[in-house]
Amino acid sequence: MRIKQLLIGMTASVIAVSSYVEMAIADLKFPMLVYRTGAYAPNGIPNADGFVDYYKMINARDGGIGGEKILHPECETGYKTQVGVECYEKNKKDAMVFQPMSTGITYQLIPKATADGVTVYSTGYGRTSAANGKVFKWIFNAPVTYWDGASIAVRHILKNNLGNIRGKKIALVYHNSAYGKEPIRTLETLSKKHGFKLMLLPVDHPGQEQKATWLKIRKARPDNVLMWGWGVMNQVAIKSAASIKFPMDKFIGIWWSGSENDVLPAGKGADGYKSLTFNAPGTDYQVHADIKKYVHDKGQASGDGSHFGTVLYNRGLFQAMVQVEAATVAQKIHGTSKITPAMYRDGMENVNLSAKRLEELGFKDFAPPFKNSCENHGGSGLAAVQQWDANAKKWNMITEYMYGDSDVVQKLIAEDSSKYAAEQKIAERCN
Amino acid sequence: MSVELLNFIETVLNGLMSGVMYSLVALGFVLIFKASGVFNFAQGVFALFAALTLVGYQTGQVPFAHLINELFGTNYHNWYASMPNFLAILLTMVTMIALAWIIERLVLKHLVNQDPIILFMATIGLAFALEGVGDLMWGSDVKVLDVGIPSGGSVWLEEATIGLAAEGSDYYGMYVDVLNIWATVIAVILVVSLALFSQYTKTGRALRAVADDHQAALSVGISLRSIWILVWAISGFIAMVAGIMWGTESGVQFSLSLIALKALPVLILGGFTSIPGAIIGGLLIGVGEKLAEIYIGGYFETGALENWFAYVMALVFLLFRPQGLFGDKIIERV
Repeated sequence: MRIKQLLIGMTASVIAVSSYVEMAIADLKFPMLVYRTGAYAPNGIPNADGFVDYYKMINARDGGIGGEKILHPECETGYKTQVGVECYEKNKKDAMVFQPMSTGITYQLIPKATADGVTVYSTGYGRTSAANGKVFKWIFNAPVTYWDGASIAVRHILKNNLGNIRGKKIALVYHNSAYGKEPIRTLETLSKKHGFKLMLLPVDHPGQEQKATWLKIRKARPDNVLMWGWGVMNQVAIKSAASIKFPMDKFIGIWWSGSENDVLPAGKGADGYKSLTFNAPGTDYQVHADIKKYVHDKGQASGDGSHFGTVLYNRGLFQAMVQVEAATVAQKIHGTSKITPAMYRDGMENVNLSAKRLEELGFKDFAPPFKNSCENHGGSGLAAVQQWDANAKKWNMITEYMYGDSDVVQKLIAEDSSKYAAEQKIAERCN
Repeated sequence: MSVELLNFIETVLNGLMSGVMYSLVALGFVLIFKASGVFNFAQGVFALFAALTLVGYQTGQVPFAHLINELFGTNYHNWYASMPNFLAILLTMVTMIALAWIIERLVLKHLVNQDPIILFMATIGLAFALEGVGDLMWGSDVKVLDVGIPSGGSVWLEEATIGLAAEGSDYYGMYVDVLNIWATVIAVILVVSLALFSQYTKTGRALRAVADDHQAALSVGISLRSIWILVWAISGFIAMVAGIMWGTESGVQFSLSLIALKALPVLILGGFTSIPGAIIGGLLIGVGEKLAEIYIGGYFETGALENWFAYVMALVFLLFRPQGLFGDKIIERV
C-alpha cells in the first residue's frame, strides 16, 4: 500500500515539475547578472531594482510580453568576472538576453555568447567596437558607447573653451580595469586632433586610497579631469577633488560616475560636479506612475523601494525597457509570442525607439530616441551633461543630448572590430 | 626652497598621514595576535561593521528592517530622526563589546588548543558571516558618516607654506587633509592609552602575561576567556576608530572591509606582535607607496603603483627580516 502511495506521489510530482518546466519554457527568460553584495553593491542594487520593478510592472500591467510572462532569475556576480561567466553558463539555456553589468564580464561573454547564439546587451558599457553589427552579430551596446562618451566630454570642454583646447591639459582618472581603459584610445586620438595634453591616472580596484593620484593632479594642475570610475572609487575621487579644491565644474565623470551615491558622501564639496548621462533622473515619467501603481502600491517593490527615481534605478528601467521592447519587436517580426533566443536577437537588431514609441512606453523625454540596425548595434551615440546641485541634492541636466566626434569614433570602431574579425575569423555580414 | 623639494616634503607628509590610517587597522590585528595568536582576518570587516552600526544609530535606522518588512509585511525603516554623535559612538562601543563576547562564546571557546591555521580559517568564516550580518542589519547603500571631524585641505598649512618657495615660482602651498591630521592625533592617543593600560593596570599586565605564555598565565589564575573577550573588545574599539576615519573619507560602504588588505604589508614590515611596529610599519608603507606612485609611477605603463607597491616592500622585507622590524623572532628547537 505504502509503495503504491509513494509511486502515485512520485508520478504526481513528476507531472507537476514537468508542467512547471513547460510553463517556464513558454515564458521569456531574462536572466539577471546582479551584484547586490560586495564592494560594488551600492551601485548594483539600485540598478537591479530598476530592472526587477520594470519586469514586475510589465507582468502585472500587460500580462507579460505578448502574453508571455517575464522570468528574471537573478545570479549574484559580486562584479567578479569569473563568477559572472559561471552565472552565464548556469542560466544560458533558453535565455533571451544577458545584461552583464560589467565590462570585464562582457569581454568574456562576447565569444561565448556568439558561439551559443545568445544576445548580450551591454547598455553604454562593454566593448565599444561591438557597436559594429557587421562583426558582432550577438552583441549590442546601444544607445551610446564609451568612445562616444569620451568624445562628448571633450566636445563639452571644447564648447566651454570657445572651441580651442590646444595646449590644455586633460587628465583621465580611471578604474584600472577593462572598463576604465576603454576611453584611452579615443582620448589619445582626440588629443592629437585637438592638441591637448592627455594625462593618464589609473586607480586600482577598489579605489579606496587615491591620495597619490590627487597629489599628482594638484601638482600638474590639469585644466579638466575626466573620470571612468565605479563604486567607491567615484566617492573617494570626488571627495579628493573637493579636498584639493579642484574646480568641480571642470571635473566630468562618465555615466557610471554620476549617481547620487557618488556625490552625497562629499557633501557640499561635490557641488558643481558634472557627469555624462543617457537617461534622466527623477520620477516625473509615466513609467514611474505605472510602477508605483502596479508594483510599489501592492507592496512588491524590489528591495525597500528607496532607490525609486535615482540615476541608477532609472538606468535599470531604461535597460529593462529596451530588452522588453526587443522581445516585442521579435514577436512582431516572427509572428509568434513564443520566441526563441535567435528570434530575440532579430528583435534587438530592429529596435526602433523613436520619440513616439518612447512616449507610448511611458518614457517621454526620458532618453533620446535611438534605433539599432544590422550595421549599427551602438544606437544613437547621444549623451548629455548633468550637474550636481549639492544644496538641492539633485542632478540637473545642463546640456541637450549631443553627439560625439563620429569621424574619430567610427574610424576607431571600424579598426578595432576589423582586427577582432580577423583574429576570430568572422566574416562580415549586412552586405 | 625649490618647488621640487617642497613637493617631495608634501608627498612624504601625505604618505605619513596615510600610513597612520593603515596603522589604525593594523593595530587591531596586532592586539589580537599578541593575546591569542590568532591572525584575525575579520579585522577589516570589524571596521566596516562598526562604521555601519555607528551610522545606523546616528540615523535611527531599524536593524534588520529589510528582513522584518519582508517577513511580516511591515514598513519600518527608522525609529528616530537622529542621535547625538557621542551617544551613537558609545552605543557602537557597547555593540562591539557585545560582538566580542558573542565571538568568544560561539567561535573561540570551541577552538581552544586548535592549530593557528584552524583559528585563522575560523576568522575568514567570521569575516564573511559578519559582512552578511552587517548587510542584513543595515543594508548595502553608501552611507554618509559625519561625527564632526573636519575634512578637506588644511588652509592654514597652505598659507603658511606658500611663501617657502622661491619668489615667482609656480607654487601654491602644501596640501594635507585635516581629517588625516585628526587621524594622527587619535592614533597617538590610542597608542599611548594602550601602552599605559598594558603597563600600569592589573588587567593590562594580565593581558601581557597571556600574550607571553598562555599556559603560564592560566597557571597563575588568569582567565584566558575573559582576556580574549577583552582583547577582542579593544580591537573592536580600534576597528570602530578606523571605521570612522575611513568611513568619513569615503562614505561607509562594503569596500571598507578591504582596508584589511592595506594592513597586511604593514604587519609584515612592523611585525605581528608589536604595537610600535604597527605604527612604524604603517608610516613606512604610507611614505613608500606615495613616493613610488608619484616619482616612479610614470615609468610603468599600467601605473597604479599605490596599491601594490606596499606588497613589494613587504616581500623585500620578508627576505631580510621575516619577523618584521619589531616582531619576535621565532626560534623552534628540534
